[in-house]
Amino acid sequence: MNMTFIISLLEGLWGTVVLSVLTFIFGGLAGFLIALARISPVAALSKGTAVYIEIMQGLPLLVLMGLCFYGPGIFGYDSLTPLQAATFALTLYSSAYLGEIWRGCLQSVARPQWEAAECLGLSRWQRMKTVILPQALRIATPPTVGFMVQIVKNTSVASLVVGYAELSYNAKIINNSTFQPFLYFGIAALMYFAICYPLSVQSRALERKLNVANR
Amino acid sequence: MSPIVELKDVRKSFGALEILKGVTFGVNKGEVAAIIGQSGSGKSTALRCMDRLETIQGGSMVICGHRLQDSNIDLKALRRDVGIVFQSYNLFPHLTVAENVMLAPRLVKGIARAEARTIAEAVIAKVGLREKMDFYPEQLSGGQQQRVAIARSLAMEPKLMLFDEVTSALDPQLTGEVLRVMEQLAADGMTMILVTHEMGFARKVADKVIYMKDGKVHEMGSSDILRSPSTPELADFISEAAEH
Ligand SMILES: Nc1ncnc2c1ncn2[C@@H]1O[C@H](COP(=O)(O)OP(=O)(O)OP(=O)(O)O)[C@@H](O)[C@H]1O
Ligand SMILES: [Mg+2]
Repeated sequence: MNMTFIISLLEGLWGTVVLSVLTFIFGGLAGFLIALARISPVAALSKGTAVYIEIMQGLPLLVLMGLCFYGPGIFGYDSLTPLQAATFALTLYSSAYLGEIWRGCLQSVARPQWEAAECLGLSRWQRMKTVILPQALRIATPPTVGFMVQIVKNTSVASLVVGYAELSYNAKIINNSTFQPFLYFGIAALMYFAICYPLSVQSRALERKLNVANR
Repeated sequence: MSPIVELKDVRKSFGALEILKGVTFGVNKGEVAAIIGQSGSGKSTALRCMDRLETIQGGSMVICGHRLQDSNIDLKALRRDVGIVFQSYNLFPHLTVAENVMLAPRLVKGIARAEARTIAEAVIAKVGLREKMDFYPEQLSGGQQQRVAIARSLAMEPKLMLFDEVTSALDPQLTGEVLRVMEQLAADGMTMILVTHEMGFARKVADKVIYMKDGKVHEMGSSDILRSPSTPELADFISEAAEH
């Protein structure tokens, strides 16, 4: 084992974390807006976002990455950096999935809850904020964390197309010069696990907490 | 006495199916009206139209001065004036009893938290649940939950209360405690319209009984019509109800 290689893997790990966090933030924000648009009474909004979701879910992430990386250049814009392109593609991708997951959670809060709040005179946004969202949050926690774990793993696609240096990419580069695949891919695997496992544990803890608070 | 509710030839369809086929009646301020009738006769639909949960397709409906057939109706103002309680309580499960009751005064009327709490204490005491203020809905019996639902509406100081079979999901001894609350409300002068299967209760508190059949008012009058109905259909309905 060589210290330089370990440092290179740690740098890759950092790349994975940065890309994952950016994806959670932008994908989460966009996904939230998409979930709201999907259940909007304005037909153009709900239909439009439904089409968006269909398209995003129908494209392989790899292809989406390619389009985001090479696309702007074709149209004469400055091309994006690998991180920008990867964040952009993962945001599009995760916003569609999160939007759909959260739409389901919002709609699974029973219709009479909406009506009860409506009859009390609460505006649409007040109903959403004080009655629906708190109840949907509890339902949404497990699938959301499950999807976050998927995203952490899917960041590895970024190296294939846009050449973004993340954990699995660096592991591959090291393997090319050391020919010790089991060692370095094994360490990479442990590092992925070290991110994903705490996420799942946190999710279960959060779920328990919400279950107590939101009886 | 001024009419607070006025329905004239109200029509309502779901798709091609006409459910309300010209319903006409009025309720004066301070009156208690009981709507009775077979399942599917349109009682709930009529009540839901009064709070604009459903829109009507024909006729006119004026509730506390709000003209419901108008497309530019001020829904917020309507819902300040009208409280509605359903068979399935529909309390907010993630909020305590007090928070359930305080929510609308705070958000809709903009009342400060401390003052809203005082209002909540008063209405919750009125339904006899002072000691349950900080419980969650699931910690209460069905009858207690329904009383909280009534308190939640009362906190907005409505001019009209609508009740849709609020005791139908409760077993007999819990039914009594909810009916007593409603009786007290009636005695306090609240204008109320209740859809009910409790003939005894209708006889006792209703100033007006409205018998609906097939989307129309078939017979209407004082609660005396429950003792001496003038149409054979209402007579049949009463004797059927008595068997249950
Ligand atoms: N949203 C809706 N869409 C389609 N049909 C509906 C809808 N709501 C009610 N109906 C129909 O309207 C008719 C009258 O229903 P409504 O609930 O008003 O009857 P009801 O008199 O309250 O009956 P019950 O005593 O069983 O509560 C029923 O045939 C019902 O199936
Ligand atoms: Mg009904």
